[in-house]
Amino acid sequence: MGIEILGLPMMYYIAMVAKVLVAFVFVLLTVAYATYAERKIIGHMQVRLGPMRTGWHGLLQPIADGVKLFFKEEIIPSQASTFAFLVAPLIALIPAFITFAVIPFGGVIEVAGYKIPLQIAAYYDTTAGQVFDVNVGVLYILAMSSLGVYGIVLAGWASNSKYSLMGGLRASAQMISYELAAGLSIISVFMLSGTLSLTKIVELQSGMGGFEWYLFKQPLAAFIFFICSLAEINRTPFDLPEAETELVSGFCTEYSSMKYAMFFMAEYANMVTVCALTVTLFLGGWNGPLTAAMPLLGPVYFVAKVYFLMFVCMWIRATLPRYRYDQLMHLGWKVFIPIALVNIVVTGIIGYFI
Amino acid sequence: METLFFLIISLVAIISAILVVTCKNPINSALALIMTFFCLATYYVMLDAPFMAAVQVMVYAGAIMVLMVFTIMLLNIRVDATKKHSHKLVIGSIVGFFTFLNVVIVLVKSRAALPTGPYSGEMIKKLGHTELVGKEIFTNFLLPFEITSILLLVAIVGAVILAKKKI
Repeated sequence: MGIEILGLPMMYYIAMVAKVLVAFVFVLLTVAYATYAERKIIGHMQVRLGPMRTGWHGLLQPIADGVKLFFKEEIIPSQASTFAFLVAPLIALIPAFITFAVIPFGGVIEVAGYKIPLQIAAYYDTTAGQVFDVNVGVLYILAMSSLGVYGIVLAGWASNSKYSLMGGLRASAQMISYELAAGLSIISVFMLSGTLSLTKIVELQSGMGGFEWYLFKQPLAAFIFFICSLAEINRTPFDLPEAETELVSGFCTEYSSMKYAMFFMAEYANMVTVCALTVTLFLGGWNGPLTAAMPLLGPVYFVAKVYFLMFVCMWIRATLPRYRYDQLMHLGWKVFIPIALVNIVVTGIIGYFI
Repeated sequence: METLFFLIISLVAIISAILVVTCKNPINSALALIMTFFCLATYYVMLDAPFMAAVQVMVYAGAIMVLMVFTIMLLNIRVDATKKHSHKLVIGSIVGFFTFLNVVIVLVKSRAALPTGPYSGEMIKKLGHTELVGKEIFTNFLLPFEITSILLLVAIVGAVILAKKKI
């Protein structure tokens, strides 16, 4: 590996491309099969079978769905604002995927004498002997998730339909209010960690066989963050922007074919991202038994934890009814934000004396 | 590598900045403005100020522009957007010309140099940009920081009082 391009070894570029591909394909496959898993899990929880026809126990259902959506007719409403209408699904989808750039999904592995940290936006500095990553990782994620709202707002506005507009307005109000509470709740994590780098946050949670997880030190913050994230990505019980009983299908009423599928993908990709972030911040990231001896176990633990949280999301969807709009706003502004603020103060006081 | 990257980003920034003023549809202008903010954030990253970059995207692209888009949507300016406005061509071009002149003079007079003083690039890399900004805000610049937050609080209270008749 003696070849160098622009001052960096060849292996650096290969590792980068490989990491991006692995993470991207992983998220795409998870998104495809999350739709299947959701239908199957909710089906069994409601004593039904769920999809059964395509493949063994419906295993080929996501592919069938994809093919169906791909070949559907593409409809653009004549009164729609064409550019915004076309670009909205992309704006919804891209932030959901690029958030994964800073999430560490494993430790440092060694390939052909070259150390590679399993995080896309990171590299191993051989002279300093440590991993460098984006040192504002969490802020980057918050920034990207605040962009996700544009996709939905634009979709709602550009469709030129009352249902879509109502869905878009609801979505933006909801996402902005819950972003605050989610952001405030993770401040208490930073007060303990003293860093914004996700690699270091994961490292700090590695000791004591799982009892160093921030879930145990900051249970309230973990709870608020997870609930607020559900609201921010419009999952049940906070899926008011697409409440089908009131708004037909909310912001994506006028969308068809692949553009509709892209909104769907964005929703599930957001779910994967939120679960991955919760795992990284509160559940110890890729830490687990024997990761020091076998670094490749790290991604396995990470994926297992993410899938568990996704199961919890689906479980919540099968269990809880939808919130009313005023209840939603009440919960966000008058319950979660004050609790998160009190949590910060209490963490500060305890941190000062210990 | 960095120069090439800088050129690409500059190109995108300039094109989107031109689109902000030339787009007829206000929503498309807003989208172009968001793109410009993004490019600015990229510049901050290249200047070793990742915290500024994140805050730039979060505050400008994520919060302020959402409110702008919200307002445009609710006012529904689309009807007027198709009409041709006289953009006050003469005044606009005079203001633009003098602004351009100003920029050129400043650029010619200044010389590109690394920042002097205690904060060098290596120090920022070693200690972390966020830590340095935080320390400065909460020690040397505490009073301006508090005054700004009081200003924001006053604005919020004012908005609530204006919006609600009965409190």
